[in-house]
Amino acid sequence: MTELLVKNACVIDPLNKILMEIMDIPVRDGRIVESVSAGADVIDARGCLTLPGGIDSHSHVCGTKVNFGRYMSPEDMRAGRTARRGKMHVTSGYYVPTTYGNSYRYSAMGYTTVLEGAMAPLEARHTHEEFTATPHQDMLANTLFDGNWAIMEAVRAKDIKKAAAIVAWTLSAVKGYSIKLTNPGGTEAWGWGQDLSSIHDMVPNFNVTPAEIITTMIAANELLGLPHSVHLHCNNLGKPGNYRTTLQTFDLVPDTNNGRQTLYATHVQFHAYGGTTWRDISSKADDIARAVNAKPQIVMDMGQIMFGRTMTMTADGPMEFNLYCLHHNKWSNHDVELETGSGIIPVLYSKKSLVNCVMWAIGLELALLTKNPYQCLLETDNPNGAPFVKYPEIIGLLMSKRYRDEECATLNGGTEQRTALSALDREMDWNEIAIMTRAGQAKALGIDAQGKGHFRTGAEADIAIYPIRCRDVDPTTEYRKVIEGFQKTMYTIKRGRVVARDGDVIVEGANSTFWVNPVVPDDLNVASDPEFVKKFEEYYTVRMGNYPVQDVYLPRGKCIRTEAAL
Amino acid sequence: MIIKDVVCPFCGCLCDDLDVEVDGQTIIKVQNGCTLAEAALTGNNRLPAPIRRTATGWEEISFDDAIRETADILLAADRPLLYGWSSTHGEAQSIGVHIAELLGAVIDNTSTVCHGPSILAIQEVGHPGCTLGQVKNRADVVVYWGCNPTEAHPRHMSRYTTFATGFFVPEAQKDRTVIVVDTRRTESAEIADEFIQIERGRDYEVLAALRAIVRGKGSILPREIAGIAREQLFRVAEICMKAKFGAIFFGLGLTMSSGKYKNVRNAIELTDELNRHTKFTISPLRGHGNVYGSNEVFTWITGYPYAVDFARGIAFYNPGETTAVDILRRGECDAALIVASDPGAHFPHAAAAHLAKIPTILIDPHRTATTPLCRLQMPCTMAGIDAEGTAYRMDGVPIRYKKFLESSYPDDADILKRIHDRIREVQGS
Repeated sequence: MTELLVKNACVIDPLNKILMEIMDIPVRDGRIVESVSAGADVIDARGCLTLPGGIDSHSHVCGTKVNFGRYMSPEDMRAGRTARRGKMHVTSGYYVPTTYGNSYRYSAMGYTTVLEGAMAPLEARHTHEEFTATPHQDMLANTLFDGNWAIMEAVRAKDIKKAAAIVAWTLSAVKGYSIKLTNPGGTEAWGWGQDLSSIHDMVPNFNVTPAEIITTMIAANELLGLPHSVHLHCNNLGKPGNYRTTLQTFDLVPDTNNGRQTLYATHVQFHAYGGTTWRDISSKADDIARAVNAKPQIVMDMGQIMFGRTMTMTADGPMEFNLYCLHHNKWSNHDVELETGSGIIPVLYSKKSLVNCVMWAIGLELALLTKNPYQCLLETDNPNGAPFVKYPEIIGLLMSKRYRDEECATLNGGTEQRTALSALDREMDWNEIAIMTRAGQAKALGIDAQGKGHFRTGAEADIAIYPIRCRDVDPTTEYRKVIEGFQKTMYTIKRGRVVARDGDVIVEGANSTFWVNPVVPDDLNVASDPEFVKKFEEYYTVRMGNYPVQDVYLPRGKCIRTEAAL
Repeated sequence: MIIKDVVCPFCGCLCDDLDVEVDGQTIIKVQNGCTLAEAALTGNNRLPAPIRRTATGWEEISFDDAIRETADILLAADRPLLYGWSSTHGEAQSIGVHIAELLGAVIDNTSTVCHGPSILAIQEVGHPGCTLGQVKNRADVVVYWGCNPTEAHPRHMSRYTTFATGFFVPEAQKDRTVIVVDTRRTESAEIADEFIQIERGRDYEVLAALRAIVRGKGSILPREIAGIAREQLFRVAEICMKAKFGAIFFGLGLTMSSGKYKNVRNAIELTDELNRHTKFTISPLRGHGNVYGSNEVFTWITGYPYAVDFARGIAFYNPGETTAVDILRRGECDAALIVASDPGAHFPHAAAAHLAKIPTILIDPHRTATTPLCRLQMPCTMAGIDAEGTAYRMDGVPIRYKKFLESSYPDDADILKRIHDRIREVQGS
């Protein structure tokens, strides 16, 4: 038995409606308890801001395309490197750091759980190998179904149960957590070098539309009782005028789940553009936020961009090719048979570029215009919009109008006409920031039930203590203190164990991977469906028996079983 | 007993559909495998126990002694090199990187003498690729450039490309056009619809000419390029541009001939250019079964696919300086640990000769051409035969090697773990 008492913590725990109360947090064997014995180890938080461990609900940190981003970028590896020190391994890289680099930097910022935004099922083993080498965060994997042939056939047959059964088999085979759709249908079209331009376009050869894929998968997701909703990267990412596609997509979404949203729309900044070309691009954040305000069934994340160099990487292969044609920088592409695509190119977001300035403003507008902070979460689509180490600056921008104005004064002069940012006075408070960085993520991912994102008795003792005295700091003016405070915790505690102190990781990691195993009736198990098996063996290049990820890849796997209503 | 769907660990194709008949500790029969697979799986030249060189020959020693001596040699060295890694699983590769980190050593894999130049080209211009199933199901044009899959990757054509039936290519041989580009008429050239025979060392020019044609600037070309009539290149460019899905595969004929990584860069940029007209991909034909895995493992731990130097504490990468051949040829290296590869057979003479001068330790199941260069050798299991673990196919698809034979050998990952722990103990870290 190990016991810990965090004393004098200034706690914000939105899911338990605790707001800046000075209190003690007792921990036994990795969980929050009512009380501990007098022999417990004690950490004195000295009245500093204490939050549940941070949760990133959309970040690209592990797997085939992330590693290829590293592989092709020695210039970035040189941009951030540290030697082995104490328990910390060597790290390299700034915007696509090595796995240990990601893990240590997240820990230093108080993050204890991360969802990998896109895992191709065929390459899942790779993602899980890197999860093991990202040892200080519990990990979850969005599993890609956007161009899945079997799914598209079920959609064409209007067979929701079949689609659900395919999802159930795939998630349990590849130890995935949730359904991810990236440019649904578009990644299959990209197999022929094409893309789709509307949610009602037909996917070549499959005769289904993105809208049909999305609605079928939402229905299947709810039939399976998955903890998270469908996680969608909308069609037409990054194209001027794409806000219409986004709004049309939102209109497809029913409100069918009482516990959480029915659709998680990711990196919506990239999907909120007005105009018709790069010349007349403008912000449509107000239209998008208005739709979200009216639809409690939708949660989005910002997809904020921040100025500087970074790397774009996504399963959206055709979008990356368009970016390549724009930037003429190095371009990688990696289509995955029967499943999805992917692409990578480095980018520089510059204050000189009007387009980039508009993008920057849109992300902030989305957050400031969304009334309920549970519906707009703070992310950068790491590293697409910016590396996650920029989160503290985004917190500063959301909390301080003055900081936003100072930044706006340094931007391309045309920005003000294209966006409404400078007219927004809202300044977020500590509670809203706590929601946008952990409580909201826990709810949206459905892991509050696993004891994440709150301090209820029995919760996992993932605790971040920041050197910020929130009663004494005025974030609207002292935003520098806020930014510095969120960059480095005094203590990051994971399952009751101090993993980082003042920015340094001090123990070996022992993370878990959460995955979902939806139980479906035997007659719907696709593994015993001769048609499914035959097509698998004919068209994949690995045998079906060699496809599932073995348990050995999840040394501390946590399986969530759901009962499907099939 | 017949074990189904065994993964062949020999080449980068990692065919996972072999049926192997086993009787106790002996392989009776291998089905579905190519001739190379059969030889690799049934070959028998395994070293029975660790051996140490004496004044007159070799003596057998215990694993305990061998591991201690290995750790001592590496700890005493100023510039140790850890080389190889391509014929074992990712679990061993990962421990290898951590040993290098502890020692401040250089760690390199066999890419250094095969597709290292491809990696350099990719680092300049990226890599438009795909998994092999994408080619199997879609490609109507397949190009093999500077490689001879019939002999080096014997099932590449039948499983993934030319002869493989795919969803959109129901009659493979009829539906696919095969183009082979090489300096000589290989076995692979015999089945090509178009064979382009290039004068040696002039691949770069031919790639540049094709790029010019694809960009609509073909009129500037001379009548003959690298021994090839201009008309043939026009014809080939047209086949490529009219393809629905084209796939280029290339081998050491491109990476290790005159121009090296610049050839590969030009081939990638030709692929980029073709993507403005249709869908095209390009992929290196990787040699060793898990060489790509060594690139992947090195990358997620250190940030670099090969040639990683920890001497400064941080991970440093500068191919040409931190590559194994260069470190050996300069005489810089004063101890070497070789794992799962055979530099004695593949390195230039000067580099191999230096290995013989310094204390070199080999962890390998077999007596190889590297054995005579060594001071000490430890036998181990063979990944994919009597050890399981992760391997990455040439296209990045991770596959788990099966263990289908019991043996008394330790896994190389276990040997390496013991060396690692011994080093930590001595260092007090």
